[in-house]
Amino acid sequence: MVSLNQLVAVCLMYVAGLFIVAFAAERAALRGQGGWLLRSPLIYTLSLSIYCTAWTFYGAVGYAARSGLEYVTIYLGPSLVMIGWWWGLRRLVRIGRSHRVTSIADLISSRYGKSNTLAIVVTIMAVIGVTPYIALQLQSVILSLSIFAAPDVPLAEAGGDVINRGQAALWVAAGLTLFTVLFGTRNLNVNERHHGVVIAIAVEAVVKLLALVAVGVYVIWGLAGGLGETLARIDASDIGQWEVQGSRWAALTVLSGAALLCLPRMFQVMVVENDDERQLQIASWAFPLYLMLMSLFVVPIAVVGLDLMPEGSNPDLFVLSLPLSQGQNGLAMLSFLGGFSSATSMVIVATLALSTMVSNHIVMPIWLALRRDGATQSGDVRNIVILARRLSIFCVVGLGYLYYRASGGSGALAAIGTISFGGVAQFLPAMLGGVLWRGATRAGALCGLGTGFALWVFTMLLPSFGADVALSSATLERGLWGLAWLRPEALFGIAGIDPTVHAVVWSLALNTLVFVVVSLFSFPAPLERLQGAQFVNVFDHSGPARGWTASVAGSEDLMIMAQRILGAREAQAFFAREAERQGQGQRLPEPTPRFVQALERELAASVGAATAHAMVAQIVGGASVSVQDLLAVADESAQMLEYSSQLETKSRELTETAAQLRAANEKLTQLSLQKDSFLSQISHELRTPMTSIRSFSEILRDAPGLSDADKNRYATIIHSETIRLTRLLDDLLDLSVLEHGQVTLNQREGNLRDLLDLAVTTAQAGAARPLDVLRDPEAEDITLTSDIDRLVQVFINLVTNARKYCAAETPQLVISPQVTARGLVIDFVDNGHGIDAGSEALIFEKFSRITGEGDGAGLGLAICREIMHRLGGEISFLSDVPGTAFRVQLPAAALSSPE
Amino acid sequence: MARTPIFLEKRGYRRRRMMDAVRLLPFLGLMLWMVPLLWPVPEILPDATPETTEPAIAMSVALRYLFGVWALLILATWALWRRTRDVASGDGADNTDGQH
Repeated sequence: MVSLNQLVAVCLMYVAGLFIVAFAAERAALRGQGGWLLRSPLIYTLSLSIYCTAWTFYGAVGYAARSGLEYVTIYLGPSLVMIGWWWGLRRLVRIGRSHRVTSIADLISSRYGKSNTLAIVVTIMAVIGVTPYIALQLQSVILSLSIFAAPDVPLAEAGGDVINRGQAALWVAAGLTLFTVLFGTRNLNVNERHHGVVIAIAVEAVVKLLALVAVGVYVIWGLAGGLGETLARIDASDIGQWEVQGSRWAALTVLSGAALLCLPRMFQVMVVENDDERQLQIASWAFPLYLMLMSLFVVPIAVVGLDLMPEGSNPDLFVLSLPLSQGQNGLAMLSFLGGFSSATSMVIVATLALSTMVSNHIVMPIWLALRRDGATQSGDVRNIVILARRLSIFCVVGLGYLYYRASGGSGALAAIGTISFGGVAQFLPAMLGGVLWRGATRAGALCGLGTGFALWVFTMLLPSFGADVALSSATLERGLWGLAWLRPEALFGIAGIDPTVHAVVWSLALNTLVFVVVSLFSFPAPLERLQGAQFVNVFDHSGPARGWTASVAGSEDLMIMAQRILGAREAQAFFAREAERQGQGQRLPEPTPRFVQALERELAASVGAATAHAMVAQIVGGASVSVQDLLAVADESAQMLEYSSQLETKSRELTETAAQLRAANEKLTQLSLQKDSFLSQISHELRTPMTSIRSFSEILRDAPGLSDADKNRYATIIHSETIRLTRLLDDLLDLSVLEHGQVTLNQREGNLRDLLDLAVTTAQAGAARPLDVLRDPEAEDITLTSDIDRLVQVFINLVTNARKYCAAETPQLVISPQVTARGLVIDFVDNGHGIDAGSEALIFEKFSRITGEGDGAGLGLAICREIMHRLGGEISFLSDVPGTAFRVQLPAAALSSPE
Repeated sequence: MARTPIFLEKRGYRRRRMMDAVRLLPFLGLMLWMVPLLWPVPEILPDATPETTEPAIAMSVALRYLFGVWALLILATWALWRRTRDVASGDGADNTDGQH
């Protein structure tokens, strides 16, 4: 038999061990060591296990002994929520990180425009909802202690005379308070994580799992005699049949799922202490696994306990009393430590979460309101915050202790737990609605929360105390104020529903209904809408969590914030005015109370009083929401817009530049090709006459017996080839000069008829086969101002071409000038066979000759084109006319006389 | 501007379907765990004679069913985590276009 003293000694050693572990973790975190462990998904999952409190450890067995498998719903709901992490938790965790959320009250208030009213309401509701739960933990520790003190005495008589329950509870409460104060209020910023607490909780999670599994294994293989035996025994027991009401099954599953999201302590470990979404992903299977292991052995323990334990034993304590009754003292000790761990870890985290809420949302605003003049010394404020948090911890644990003393430690554990769940589940509509629906408003959230909470108090909390304690039996029987439709357990006259289901369904349904309807018909404030957009679209535009330590912020921060809100010029003017009044000259003004108040008023004109107050309070007092976040609210969307428009402009510019580059590249390639072909053609053109000149000159030199006639003939050939060569080089030079724009135009006045006369005469000179040129002297009487010599060159070229290449029997050339609005058009049309369609595009290119015809170098038309280009006109080939037709166009300017 | 291809390569496609599975799994779990709502409950039929009453579900069967589903869901979540852990972390999962 374990004596009480031994037990207390073991217990103290265990607590001392926890202290050491927590202390070591804090030290390691301070030195930046062990980050892999502190941030590992394993620790995260284990810290989530504070969901399993003493209610699970002891209460689940009692629950199973009373109502069969119904207990399992309490773990099915959370398992589903974790497996469905993608839908809700991922969003909550991301919002928690990017908005530096410190508690569930902070989340809800921040979503609805940082409304402090809402934060206060949520905080009060959370305290009321969780206090019975804390009392429950104290009760379970005391109960388990008293079992050790007097194991053989039936529970109803045990305890009171063996140990002083009130005193024991006080000691336990004091110890827990000390631990929480030591490790929970070391640093101010909640986002800086409580490594010591988290590690201690993880250790406790392992202890309670091991303890429960050990008891379960002992019961199945040690007492019941194996798995098959145990199952047979279960079927033969009082709870051997499925007898869970469907409505309770569904309602409790939903309720426990909602509680996982809404319990302040779960929010603390799941969202606030999370620093990587990967942790959540692993917890999505690891936490359901933990829950499954915790509930796996509950039914066997309950059944064997019902079998072996004497009538009247408290089934809530089977986990402890079963090994004790079999003389397994070591196992009983382990089991006790497991239960102790469950209770203490829950109380520590719940107290921590609640105290953060109480100090941030109730104590600090009141303190700031009371001491408006002295609230600027930031070090001062930080001490006050920590003091407020410590006081809040005392208050919360104290409330739990008082509730325990007041309720006298009565009632089954499971009932208290369900009531607590029902209370916190009222946050669900406001929280999920706010995170998923942009239309949710502060008014809607307030009304919904109020309705749900009132209904919960009326239908669940007050009736739980029993008739004539909180509600008179008359009220319970006939309804509030005698109104039958206001009966706490049969609202609106619908009776016969299970009380828990009744309370859960009515409170949650009406809560949601009121929340949605009021949201639909109310209009949110600007900041509310901004926050709503940021929360709902958290995955679209939220950067990584921004760092804002609770350090002292000075005038610079105020200045930056004011600039963002008021505009740079106004803010600078305002600051300069204030500095002048303070006698600071060009420097920034000191953040005196007066200045800060003035600034707050100034800001209030832009963003509203509550927010301005919050902003200034953040900078001056260093509280939970970071200034960077507020700044981000102000200019994030503007930055996004600007950034995206910049991107668009840049990409358009890039596209244009790329197109230009492509075009330039193509042109260069073409030019290079042209140059190559030009070089090869010109060398070919030069080579032909050179070859014959060389051959004939060699003959003249080397053949002695040549006749004079032959010599003469050969010399003539050499001469004509030289002339051809010279002409070619002249043409080339001409073309080169024209192409490079080095030509100087010699503008003169002349008559078209004279020009054409000259051209025809020149072209026909010495021709073997005369060309019949048809002209219209009347139409040709036009005075031109242009480079007459060049123009004649073009005409000569065209007439010569017609003479050379026209294949008709009697070649004819029609020259018809015509004055149009755009200038002078002269058509040269012969009666030849024209030019092949394929060659049309090439005739103006250099060295292009229609194959096998003529003896020219193929530069004539190219020169013509260049000349016409220089003269401001153009020459083109007309394809839709029979015969070969060219059109020469001169600009209208050529028709006018020179000034 | 880079255009998103209409069809993803096979790996990206598979990964997206795995994320779909992650999203749908809780609903499967809910359905399976709500099956007990259909089981006969003795109290509901007080007047029925033993011959006509469906025999109530034995506790061992209920235990096996509930914990079996539980183990199945945990295994499925674990397997999905193994296959999607690179994708789902961070915010990229929705927008991953599977191009590498």
